[in-house]
Amino acid sequence: MKVLVAVKRVIDYNVKIRVKPDNSDVDLTNVKMAMNPFCEIAVEEAVRLKERGVATEIVAVTVGPKAAQEQLRTALALGADRAIHVETDERVESLGAAKALARLVEEEQPGLVILGKQAIDTDNNQTGQMLAALTGLPQGTFASEVVIENDKAQVTREIDGGLQTLELTLPAIVTTDLRLNEPRYAKLPDIMKAKKKPMDVKSPADLGIEVASKITLLKVEPPAERQGGVKVGSVDELVDKLKNEAKVIS
Amino acid sequence: MSILVLAEHHDGALAGATAHVVAAAQAIGGDIDVLVAGENVGPIAEAAAKLDGVSKVRVADNAAYAHLLAEPTAALIAELAGDYSHVLACASTTGKNVLPRVAALKDVAQISEIIAVESADTFKRPIYAGNAIATVQSEDALKVITVRATGFDAVGEGGGASVEAVDFVADNTQSTFVKEELAQSDRPELGAAKVVISGGRGMGNGENFTLLEGIADKLGAAIGASRAAVDAGFVPNDMQVGQTGKIVAPDLYIAVGISGAIQHLAGMKDSKVIVAINKDEEAPIFQVADYGLVADLFEALPELESKL
Ligand SMILES: Cc1cc2nc3c(=O)[nH]c(=O)nc-3n(C[C@H](O)[C@H](O)[C@H](O)COP(=O)(O)OP(=O)(O)OC[C@H]3O[C@@H](n4cnc5c(N)ncnc54)[C@H](O)[C@@H]3O)c2cc1C
Ligand SMILES: Nc1ncnc2c1ncn2[C@@H]1O[C@H](COP(=O)(O)O)[C@@H](O)[C@H]1O
Repeated sequence: MKVLVAVKRVIDYNVKIRVKPDNSDVDLTNVKMAMNPFCEIAVEEAVRLKERGVATEIVAVTVGPKAAQEQLRTALALGADRAIHVETDERVESLGAAKALARLVEEEQPGLVILGKQAIDTDNNQTGQMLAALTGLPQGTFASEVVIENDKAQVTREIDGGLQTLELTLPAIVTTDLRLNEPRYAKLPDIMKAKKKPMDVKSPADLGIEVASKITLLKVEPPAERQGGVKVGSVDELVDKLKNEAKVIS
Repeated sequence: MSILVLAEHHDGALAGATAHVVAAAQAIGGDIDVLVAGENVGPIAEAAAKLDGVSKVRVADNAAYAHLLAEPTAALIAELAGDYSHVLACASTTGKNVLPRVAALKDVAQISEIIAVESADTFKRPIYAGNAIATVQSEDALKVITVRATGFDAVGEGGGASVEAVDFVADNTQSTFVKEELAQSDRPELGAAKVVISGGRGMGNGENFTLLEGIADKLGAAIGASRAAVDAGFVPNDMQVGQTGKIVAPDLYIAVGISGAIQHLAGMKDSKVIVAINKDEEAPIFQVADYGLVADLFEALPELESKL
């Protein structure tokens, strides 16, 4: 079974972002970029499926600027067999990414597509669900366990009240939650080998789609700053402040 | 304008979050219909009809919609969407699962987790774990939106909307419900509680969460956790507060043994009053805490419980 994995280049999760002084966007100049953490989990899951003999080939895909090839190389170093870069300098929102991925699903006919549940820049949490709609495939979102058996996928999902398990026909779309697995690090020899693995570059026009979004970003502002408060010296003082100053307990 | 709100419900009851989503719909303006989809949802539809501002409740009561699986539920909403300018749902795991699928079926964008309505086509939403607030405008004819419940005050329950059945039945051969393991708790729901007390890695293990329970009992609080505490297996996933867990904004949030990573702050920094108990006086949580107590939690918690 072929597995397609979608990876997105985003700001490193440790970086505290700054808003541009003209409020047009966040400032990404000289900021450390990385693979979206949920995509790392998606790649890891695909690699584990291959190690278990369930997956036969892993194709990593990204939609974005030239620099995003860095994240595809990381996916190749982690165990993907080849990569496809849909190159564009447009601001790609989830629907545009899903349209590109849907075309690639049509071309590649994977048995399973794994995406992150959410990109930590836009915090959208949409692409996998949209891809499922566009391809007419079932979806298992926010997965904490995926078992492939008898041409079906059993997906355990992290939902608000606890866990839910679904059975999906294949091909299916899965999005990863934090507890699906713990991603490995790429080893140096694998990083060297990854440089020789094949990478296809296509344009959105090659795929016959447009990725531009109908959403305009009018303004980006920093959130209301919270004033740090005071340190209290004892539990007694804390209880007193909560009762008599903040008046949040009685 | 006309707005369709997907009702959120659990265990046969309308979830409180729905009243917050209806409030967001009122801020947009126009006729508001609520869609109640599920199996045996009559009482839920009656509860939805009482929400202020709702003109009509549309009820799709069919086994096809049990557990609100994404495939049939999105097909149902896409079928009804032609009558509306906006489709709203709460940014719960149900709303987040279903609404992007609806949007793509209708070839429109989806706007996630709005916290404010500027106009019928312009909304505010947090990005980058809440470290920036974006104002976005949609050109799409149909706007598909999830709403962060904490951003809008709930509407009241003095209404009397009409209730009508929806006949459309989506067929679904692709996904089947297998089972659910839901946490049982007598405590208030995390998202709705007035007081939340959360434990982090500093709690050391799952048993030690009993130290929080005594306090939660006295304060009528819900209990939350950091990702580190969930990953370590101290407590179940549904207790995670943060960028990728639950968003809470109670009157009082008490963070115990939690360092204050940006991903955790994203889920609780809109709380009215924040208390942090941490033995490391440099912990970043103190930068957002109204009241910080530098102490070993194993000493501070029993004392706090006895003094409340
Ligand atoms: C993509 C992504 C998404 C994430 N989403 C979330 C999310 O939604 N929610 C979330 O919480 N995290 C999330 N995280 C994880 C986040 O980055 C932090 O790793 C996590 O919040 C740390 O949890 P913690 O504060 O409990 O643990 P730590 O950072 O290890 O802090 C433990 C604290 O306990 C204190 N302590 C230890 N012993 C005691 C004692 N005896 N008494 C008092 N204090 C003590 C220590 O001083 C320390 O400050 C996410 C990370 C990523 C990459
Ligand atoms: N531009 C993109 N290129 C490749 N994959 C993407 C892109 N945008 C989103 N994705 C995938 O969709 C997931 C969720 O993103 P989102 O729905 O945009 O929050 C990410 O973790 C990726 O797996």
